[in-house]
Amino acid sequence: MHNQLEKILNEANEQIQKAVTVLDAEEIRVRLLGKKGALTEILRSMGKLGPEERKELGLKANNVRNEIETMLEEKFAQVKNAAREAKFIMEKIDVTEPGVEMTLGVKHPITLTIDEISRVFMSMGFSISDGPEVETVFNNFDALNAGPNHPARDYSDTFYITENTLLRTQTSPVQVRTLMSTEPPIMVISPGRCFRCDTPDATHSPMFHQVEGLVVDEGITMADLKGTLDSFAKQLFGPQVKTKFRPHHFPFTEPSAEMDVSCFKCGGKGCRVCKGSGWIEILGCGMVHPNVLKVGEVDTERFTGFAFGMGVERIAMLKYGVDDIRLFYENDMRFINQFK
Amino acid sequence: MLVPIEWLKDYTTVNSSIDDFCEKMIMSGSNLETCQFFGEEIKDVIIGKIVRIENHPDADKLVICYVETGEEELTQIVTGATNVFEGAFVPVAIHGSKLPGNIKITRGTLRGIESNGMLCSMEELGFEDKVIPSQHRGGIWILNGLMADDSWKLGQDLVEVLGLKTAVVDFEITPNRPDCLCMIGMARESAATFGEKLQYPETRCEKETGSAEDYITVEIRKPELCRRYVARVVTDVVIKESPWWLQKRLMFAGMRAINNIVDITNFVMLEYGNPIHAFDIRCIEGEKIIVDTAEQGELFVSLDGSERKLNENMLLIKDASKSVAIAGVMGGQNSEIASDTSTILIEAANFNGDSIRSTSKKLSLRTEASSRFEKGIDPNLCEAAADRVCKLIEILGAGTVVGGSVDAYPAPSTMPMVQVRTARVNSVLGISILRTKMADIFESLEMRVEGDEETLKVTPPSIRQDLIEEVDFIEEIARIYGYDKLPMTLPRGNQEARKSRERQLKDLAKQTMCALGANEVQTYSFVSPKGIDFVRIAEDSWERNFVKIINPLGDENSVMRTILTPNMMEILGRNFSRNIEKVRAFEIGNTFTQNIADPEGLPDEQDSMVIATYGKDESFYTLKGMLVEMLRVFGITDIRFESESDYGVYHPGRCARIILGDVEIGIMGEVHPEVCDKYGINTKCYCSELMFDVVMNAANIEKIYKPLPKYPSTSRDIALLVTEDVQVGMLENIIKENGSDILEKIQMFDVYRGKQIGEGQKSVAFALTYRGVDKTLTDEDVTKVHNKVLAELKEKAKATLREM
Repeated sequence: MHNQLEKILNEANEQIQKAVTVLDAEEIRVRLLGKKGALTEILRSMGKLGPEERKELGLKANNVRNEIETMLEEKFAQVKNAAREAKFIMEKIDVTEPGVEMTLGVKHPITLTIDEISRVFMSMGFSISDGPEVETVFNNFDALNAGPNHPARDYSDTFYITENTLLRTQTSPVQVRTLMSTEPPIMVISPGRCFRCDTPDATHSPMFHQVEGLVVDEGITMADLKGTLDSFAKQLFGPQVKTKFRPHHFPFTEPSAEMDVSCFKCGGKGCRVCKGSGWIEILGCGMVHPNVLKVGEVDTERFTGFAFGMGVERIAMLKYGVDDIRLFYENDMRFINQFK
Repeated sequence: MLVPIEWLKDYTTVNSSIDDFCEKMIMSGSNLETCQFFGEEIKDVIIGKIVRIENHPDADKLVICYVETGEEELTQIVTGATNVFEGAFVPVAIHGSKLPGNIKITRGTLRGIESNGMLCSMEELGFEDKVIPSQHRGGIWILNGLMADDSWKLGQDLVEVLGLKTAVVDFEITPNRPDCLCMIGMARESAATFGEKLQYPETRCEKETGSAEDYITVEIRKPELCRRYVARVVTDVVIKESPWWLQKRLMFAGMRAINNIVDITNFVMLEYGNPIHAFDIRCIEGEKIIVDTAEQGELFVSLDGSERKLNENMLLIKDASKSVAIAGVMGGQNSEIASDTSTILIEAANFNGDSIRSTSKKLSLRTEASSRFEKGIDPNLCEAAADRVCKLIEILGAGTVVGGSVDAYPAPSTMPMVQVRTARVNSVLGISILRTKMADIFESLEMRVEGDEETLKVTPPSIRQDLIEEVDFIEEIARIYGYDKLPMTLPRGNQEARKSRERQLKDLAKQTMCALGANEVQTYSFVSPKGIDFVRIAEDSWERNFVKIINPLGDENSVMRTILTPNMMEILGRNFSRNIEKVRAFEIGNTFTQNIADPEGLPDEQDSMVIATYGKDESFYTLKGMLVEMLRVFGITDIRFESESDYGVYHPGRCARIILGDVEIGIMGEVHPEVCDKYGINTKCYCSELMFDVVMNAANIEKIYKPLPKYPSTSRDIALLVTEDVQVGMLENIIKENGSDILEKIQMFDVYRGKQIGEGQKSVAFALTYRGVDKTLTDEDVTKVHNKVLAELKEKAKATLREM
């Protein structure tokens, strides 16, 4: 019987070596170790032996069994691995084929610009408010200290709905609405659409967007105006930009200013974007005129404030290098897709 | 406002370089449009004299000029100009010279004859057409008589001799500063900016003869429209060409020289800002000037020869029997200066700006004078301006100045004294400067300063009609002190930044639509009324209740949009025509309808949202899927889609009203082929417009967590055979109603039509998911409910179960 065990072991070794597939290995396992397998047969016939002999042979048989099992395990691992490798080769793909098209939409560049401006001002504590596109003449002009003969009131400049209502020419009437509805302290911006009688060309659009800002509180100074807008410019265009405040005139602010930023394209050396000057005009601003505060019944001795307004298209054109304002309203998908 | 720097130097010192000058002027409030350097581009153009002219042997239109240029030999130049003559002094661009526009002149041959340069016209030397005197137009610039012949030598540089090199700054004058629309005004700004003195021009004549009062009387009948009228008289007038220096001044300031008298009046207008008019005194009857309004319907022929119909509000200058000028706008043909005029009346008056504006507007006649009066002029300028005209006439020897003036000034203007608190100045500007510094600034602007340490009592000069209240003076301090010297600080108060719910929801909608693959578009709020016809909106619909613009740019932008769909269709059309294969787009924007309750008040502004698609794989159902997902983000899940066959925009069989509860929130569908045709779209489009205000009201974006299910689910797939008229929505409703609380989800996954089932029938496949709330369902539990569902489907929808 000992010899038989030896033989089984040798045969097993030989056969397992030769096995190639999982099936081959399984067939060997059944033949040797299965219920009717050769080794099982031997173990079964051990009952006829004496206790000593049985013990000795049992030990040996178990060893043989363990050895075969170990060999089979190794074989199984080996052939499974070989099969997987073969499958990998079969399944090789061309990674340079294009991916399946997944299309994310994109916000309009004007919205993106307004979002960016809003984000900056919100980080400085400004809230956002809105007003209607059709406004009263009072809110758009009278309350903003524009005299009865102010040229902007002309039919050639402003679209009218009735004698007393018009398409707002600026977002500044939201200032008036805010002052009439809110007690200081006030810190708001209001982005929105504006309208002026300009025939469309590369730099003019009869409809455009502005972002208006208003701050009213005790002790607000022109230095606060400069600091706030300088911080805005650095956050929007980069920390390296410098700002310049030039005196200007608006009916609803005094003192009034225009803010230039150093050209973020050439760094101030002079280029096509800044028309060689090194500076780019970005916004108009100033200390709120007492006559405007009075419309909101604000105590002009106690409170002061500043206001500013900027053209969104202009900033978008500068930021993105768009050279024709009409592109924003043509809505060609190839244009909009560039802002993804 | 064109300011030649050389002219400015008559009144103040300008020491800085031109760049520094411009920069400092900008920073003190005089912004500039451009700064041009005239004469910079001219190189080696010299003065020559034509001594002989010969015909060109081979060209009828060319002549050969032999030009003396100070060299021993004559220079031979061929020209096509017809105004050359022997003895003419001319600008000669010699071989190797340069002209404006980077033009290089070189030796050459013209029809076989050598030409060693070019004779130049004023145009070629860089003068603009509008400033070139008529006698110098379209030919070689003849220099004879321009300057005394002994002031130049042949061969000398033209630019040097004529003083053509100058910087001309074009200032942008804001409407509050009409006082800056003249040379003295800008010199005043320059002097204050650089801390220099301002020198006024000489106005007193050396010699005057007689008295103006003997020639004329002035009566102002409408003192509210004419605050002042100063008349002076000059006799023995000799009309001739102005000297070169005067012509040059006018040209660089953008005006054309005409003759000495006109040039002097223009010069003084540019110098002081007060328009001047000159009448031929022969034409003034009754030795009387009357300032009065016109007769209603009066006809008057102005200087330009056109007959104008006047109204009773228009101010005129009249004599004893007729009208002679439209005050402040234009003189009359009947009193025009002629070549034989010998005695003139010089008018320096002050007319009401609003009146001049309305007259000029009604007559559609805008002149240099009217545009200046419109902006408001200081009445105290009249006297000096009239005197200055007389002084220049004396200097030029253009006539004999009559002594004195007739000055009608019923209510002389004085400036109010304004209190300016030093503490207020500092607190508004965020600085702390001393009273003395403030006083210095005011005085540099010719203001009178009194008062104590706390309060400056300031009286501005009368040219500064814009300085009325304290804040106006604070601005003066700020701009002269320098905005750049103000510190930068941030407001002290802390504010909490808020965004309205509407803004938050719009942001969310835009973000969601983008995630669903749609691009945002932005279109004009004003549209063509035709758009509504294009999208086949019915005749009497609310969508035609337009808010109209009184003065639109054109019909295409004449009404406010009531819906967004026509704009969206236009965009689809534009993209389709540009061969864009696939579009998914949306817009959220305002729509406008007339306020029925108050037609004079503001219209109703409502938010609307439009979504549209075309292209491969797009269908009614892709659009519906996007809508449903968007609304789900808004927490709106309980919506129904009801067939609509009568809304013009859409295919009558492929259109649905979107209903929430019992409120319609929008409409969607496959765009009607006729509408597609209108916009040139040759493919199927899908579109939906939502009443976004209603959607925002219904939105519930609060998120509340529901525990994940504890027990396993069981799924049963069914295929139902029904007739075509049975809608999936109905089947879903029946399933929902009978699914009891264990029916978790219904998912339609297939609709089959075809050979295997009868015509007019369809098979709809659903996956039903059942799950117990508090236990694992047994097969029995599910079957009980499921059978009930199937029975009801059979009963109510005649649906039979089909083998899967």
